Amino acid sequence: MSKQEWPLYEVFIRTKSGLSHRHAGSVHAADDQMALDNARDTYTRRREGVSLWVVRSDSIVASDPAETAAFFEPAEDKIYRHPTFYEIPDGVENL
Amino acid sequence: MYTQGLDQAGKEQREVAETADMLAAFQARIDAEEKIEAKDWMPEAYRRTLIRQISQHAHSEIIGMQPEGNWLTRAPSLKRKAILLAKVQDEAGHGLYLYSAAETLGVSRDQLVGDLLSGKAKYSSIFNYPTLSWADIGAVGWLVDGAAIMNQIPLCRCSYGPYARAMVRVCKEESFHQRQGFEIMLTLCRGTDEQKAMAQDALSRWWWPSLMMFGPNDSESKHSAQSMAWKIKRFTNDELRQKFVDVTVQQAEYLGISVPDKDLRFDESSGHHTFGEIDWQEFMDVIAGNGPCNKQRLEKRQAAHDDGAWVREAAQAYASKQAALAAA
Amino acid sequence: MTSDEALVAYTLRLADNALVLSQRMLETVAAEPELEEELAHANFALDFIGQARMLYTQAGELEGQGRSEDDLAFMRDENEFRNLLLLEQPNGHFGDALVRQFLFEAFYLHLLEALTRCTDEGLSAIAVRALKEVQYHFRHSSQWMIRLGDGTELSHARVQASLNNAWRYTGEMFVADEIDLAIQENHGGPDLASIQKLWRRDVEKTVAEATLTLPDDEWMASGGKQGQHSEHFGFLIAEMQYLQRSFPGATW
Repeated sequence: MSKQEWPLYEVFIRTKSGLSHRHAGSVHAADDQMALDNARDTYTRRREGVSLWVVRSDSIVASDPAETAAFFEPAEDKIYRHPTFYEIPDGVENL
Repeated sequence: MYTQGLDQAGKEQREVAETADMLAAFQARIDAEEKIEAKDWMPEAYRRTLIRQISQHAHSEIIGMQPEGNWLTRAPSLKRKAILLAKVQDEAGHGLYLYSAAETLGVSRDQLVGDLLSGKAKYSSIFNYPTLSWADIGAVGWLVDGAAIMNQIPLCRCSYGPYARAMVRVCKEESFHQRQGFEIMLTLCRGTDEQKAMAQDALSRWWWPSLMMFGPNDSESKHSAQSMAWKIKRFTNDELRQKFVDVTVQQAEYLGISVPDKDLRFDESSGHHTFGEIDWQEFMDVIAGNGPCNKQRLEKRQAAHDDGAWVREAAQAYASKQAALAAA
Repeated sequence: MTSDEALVAYTLRLADNALVLSQRMLETVAAEPELEEELAHANFALDFIGQARMLYTQAGELEGQGRSEDDLAFMRDENEFRNLLLLEQPNGHFGDALVRQFLFEAFYLHLLEALTRCTDEGLSAIAVRALKEVQYHFRHSSQWMIRLGDGTELSHARVQASLNNAWRYTGEMFVADEIDLAIQENHGGPDLASIQKLWRRDVEKTVAEATLTLPDDEWMASGGKQGQHSEHFGFLIAEMQYLQRSFPGATW
């Protein structure tokens, strides 16, 4: 058993130009360059990507599911942010 | 897939007592087909069941590299060699995706691998059988991957998000595995008499172990009911086994080789094949460690792990030196 | 030897290099130090098998005797193989296999780069494709040389010993025989003396970064390019060819 396992990295792939990077999975690696290579060899074997990001998993700051209500629900009642909130009479176009 | 770092919060939560209300709320989310994500509250038993199942699945992929890897250097054509290597590599990849999914539940890969090597964790009984001829590579692809797919496709809808997402990727990649196996069998069955005999011998040896892959009968399966309620499992062992027999018998007929079961017959009224009794003693023996290759498989994995230790440590030492240089 | 015969022989050598190295690599599948490295290793072996297939097919077509990639891979005898001795050496431990890979790829990279400019279109097209693969391989193997060389005391000592042991097989890569010269003269092929300079430069750079010491150029083994192999090579070939040999004429 190794004294301590290689750190975990999260892998993000841009599948083609014009699209955002999307989370694909994770790999273990001893250093950043190895993480990038491991991500390439693991997650792009079938030409899945044109660009890769890797980031140490312990560097990700995430929201807490226990606070989901406080965090996200206040956005729910601001329906005036959505275009469907507004009534447009028939006959008015290009709006 | 979320991380070990993030799971610290999960550990504190687990110390909170599981009240009936919490369990009911959790079950309501499952019943509403909501996905459970890594940091969400979950009953400890749900978490443990998932770790057990996902890691068993991962270990099966990793140990499964060995029986097929056994023929890499002897594959009979360059095309077959490349296909077989791509398949064995996929198994390594699938093991990796699955270990990652298990890691989101707050266990490390080192712990999981440690449990495999100590014999505490199990892997699929099928990989304790030997691949004795090239036809076995066909039979493993056709039968073993065929049975695995039956099990895996429903798992793409499993209630635990990271596992379901890993399984989507696995199923997508595995779609060629069964076909290449069937193609090997078909080529052999259309070949010389010796080749056809090789194919028959492989079917005869792999048929029953393949049926055992679905696990004990529903009446004997200790984890089934709870896993169904949690939507970790979507179909029972016997349902999946029946489906496998129905489709595979037809394929064997097409190949012109016979399934080694004198009780096998098509039942007009149910529209299904009835089949003979599985040798459950053999199944229990193999699970308990007494299959033809159990010892060999674990020894090989242990040796690879031990032989690689100095390499893993060197990479870490180098990374630490570089980090120290960068900080200075 | 006609110009065409030299081209067939040359293409076969390249194919044999790729196949024999991949065959050795297949022996360590499921035994790599970490799962991620398992995936990388398989990718590299797949690249080499792919190159071997293209090169054998090309050689078979040029030869014009109807021999397929599999005929050339599975039905030639041990002494008909013309791969470098370095590539047939047993795997040893991770460091031994790595050094073999690193020393060969440092050479192969520049060889392929030169071949992209050769006048034989078939060969240059294969070289273009293979070059992209090997550029990545070489970066990977160089980084591992540095990690092991500058890792722990143990890894440093081990990989230094691997380097010392493999060094004797590097001379053969740069000894131009009549086939190499024919390709250089008739098809604008590589000049092995200039490849050697580039190889030495790259190897020295990585070896220095890895805090390792370059071995002295002492006695160099040779013979692989002429079909005189190591004792263990016969076993590699026997294992690889056994099914084709046991069932002549069968389709797989």
